[in-house]
Amino acid sequence: MNLNKTARIVSVFIVIAVAVIFAFPLDEKINLGLDLQGGSHVILECKDSPNALVDDDAVNRVLEVIRNRVDQLGVSEPVIQRQGSNRILVQLPGIDDPETAVDLIGKTALLEFKDEEGETLMTGAHLLNAKETFDQFGRPIITIEFDKTGATEFSKATSSNVGKVLAITLDDKEISAPVVQEPILDGQARITGSFTVDSAKQLALLLRSGSLPVKVEILENRSVGPSLGKDSIDKGIKAGLVGLILILVFMVVYYKKFGLIADFALMICMLIIIGALAGFKATLTLPGIAGMILTIGMAVDANILIFERIKEELKLGKTFRASIDAGFNKAFRTIFDANVTTLIAAVALLYFGTGAIRGFAVTLSIGILASMFTAIVVTKIILELLSVKAHSKILA
Amino acid sequence: MDFIGKRNFDFVKNRKVVYIMSAVIILVGIISIIFQGFNYGIDFAGGSLLQIKFDDPASITEVRNILGEFDLSQSTIQDLSDNEFVIRTEKINPEKRKEILSVLRENLSDLEVLRVETVGPVIGENLKKTALYAILFAFMGIILYITVRFEFKYSIISILALSHDCLIVLGIFSLFQKEITISIIAAVLTIVGYSLNNTIVILDRLRENIKFRTRESFGNVVNLSVNQSLSRTINTALTTVLPVLAIYFFGGSILSDFALALFIGMVAGTYSSIFIASPLLVDWKSINKERHRRIRKSTKKGK
Repeated sequence: MNLNKTARIVSVFIVIAVAVIFAFPLDEKINLGLDLQGGSHVILECKDSPNALVDDDAVNRVLEVIRNRVDQLGVSEPVIQRQGSNRILVQLPGIDDPETAVDLIGKTALLEFKDEEGETLMTGAHLLNAKETFDQFGRPIITIEFDKTGATEFSKATSSNVGKVLAITLDDKEISAPVVQEPILDGQARITGSFTVDSAKQLALLLRSGSLPVKVEILENRSVGPSLGKDSIDKGIKAGLVGLILILVFMVVYYKKFGLIADFALMICMLIIIGALAGFKATLTLPGIAGMILTIGMAVDANILIFERIKEELKLGKTFRASIDAGFNKAFRTIFDANVTTLIAAVALLYFGTGAIRGFAVTLSIGILASMFTAIVVTKIILELLSVKAHSKILA
Repeated sequence: MDFIGKRNFDFVKNRKVVYIMSAVIILVGIISIIFQGFNYGIDFAGGSLLQIKFDDPASITEVRNILGEFDLSQSTIQDLSDNEFVIRTEKINPEKRKEILSVLRENLSDLEVLRVETVGPVIGENLKKTALYAILFAFMGIILYITVRFEFKYSIISILALSHDCLIVLGIFSLFQKEITISIIAAVLTIVGYSLNNTIVILDRLRENIKFRTRESFGNVVNLSVNQSLSRTINTALTTVLPVLAIYFFGGSILSDFALALFIGMVAGTYSSIFIASPLLVDWKSINKERHRRIRKSTKKGK
């Protein structure tokens, strides 16, 4: 604390400048969580089934297929990660229709061709491509194309079933049951069925990206539609502004000019928090907004501690300058101890928290540090500058 | 303006009444926790949640009747006004959810799906464990820190005070069968930090006063410390409760229970730091003195 005053003032300005550079423009710099921008957070677990056991290779192939599907959905910044031996985390930010997306990701999508006895003749393993299109009557259909091996298999399957039904099933559900008119040798076929434009599109997407080698189960799914996300942001901002205004007013009413200083320090504190959030590329979630609002209240606490101490020193008859020094010195240890213990709780939360709650722990921790900085450095500088003018009446 | 002023309240003298009051509140809560248990949300219990908004007005009964067709009439249905509903059910798969949504659309009105959450029982069990670890970790970290910075005695008092606050929040949530979600656990951990913050400010003052006021009785020094910190304690309580109330009233349905838990915890935390933590120190000291005296007596008799 024996830094020379100019150096401290300069450091405060540097911190503010860095915060401003990191933080603005807000909508580009702040990373919104899935609960605020809408999207899905899904944890899948690969499951053993009688005909396919989960092993390392199977999980890797599941990852691959899911990656394909997510790519085709056109999600801008997806997260697809393996967790532990058989779990997969998928995060799809900013999608309009989370429900369909999650549905598509978890589908096994095993395409099979079966004869009239229900015997499987071939699967969709050797598909080269699948496209949604329309038939001559304008009904949605899907055209498929096999690779060489697939084409050979398919010509065999069709040759031996001329005049009979060749059922096409997806995950054991029949989607089409055409009668084979003649053997198909070029590996090109079309699937007609009762599709809508959307369902044809989804089926083609699934076929293109391949089937999952093992069954997957959705262990956890948290999806938020875009409108609720926007609504949450609006409400969070409203609650924040109301909370902020109430505190700004309270401080001025109770502490007068001193309150103004605290208010000023609070604004700087908020700026630093936002700058730090952006700088660390932390994700702002709805609980994170709550943490920030909560910090508003906690941030003025350090100032209150300091002011109360200075008041006491003044009552003892010390000069303004001496009171400030004594008040700060005595309050410092209290502020430090009180904040470290709050920080311990926040760290516990950081360790325990998943997703959105971690966002709360992050903003709370950043908030505690920023509020200590502003109270101990910013408030002190302002008070020292004022004490030069010997305005000892401001506390009266 | 100074509404606390120089008044000197005697917090130590009437402490027995306060202890009994707190004990009764906590006891009611504990009885409720034992017999009613907690209403675990899907985060912990597993299950599915669906938040939907109808185009036209609908009632809980109408929604429940339709859920009944799917054997889900036992679900919790919450009307958030503006035709918005939150439905909590056992874990249902996407196909079933789709069917339910289409029946709701056909029978009531078109609707928008705002939020879907599904949590499997395994995840919930894991979360219960991590929540417990987090709280234990926080408690241990705090005991360690306060022991290093103050005294072991102070850390036990702080833990007692914050257990008091947490138990009141959890007891009230059990009593009114409010849902326990991850957010509520986050709120409880925040209260842990907040309650400590208050207690420490007073204990810190006490530590300072003990040095200079060696002649006065311990009870008087404790009382003085609480009174000296009173205006700070109350002002900080106000400035932290104001934003929490703002979250409760304006922050939307997702945050309202979280804010409620924080509010209860903050009121309890402010109260316990003034009326419980510091007076307990006085009792601790006198119990210790008593024990010392008895030990001395018995050793004398022995000789």
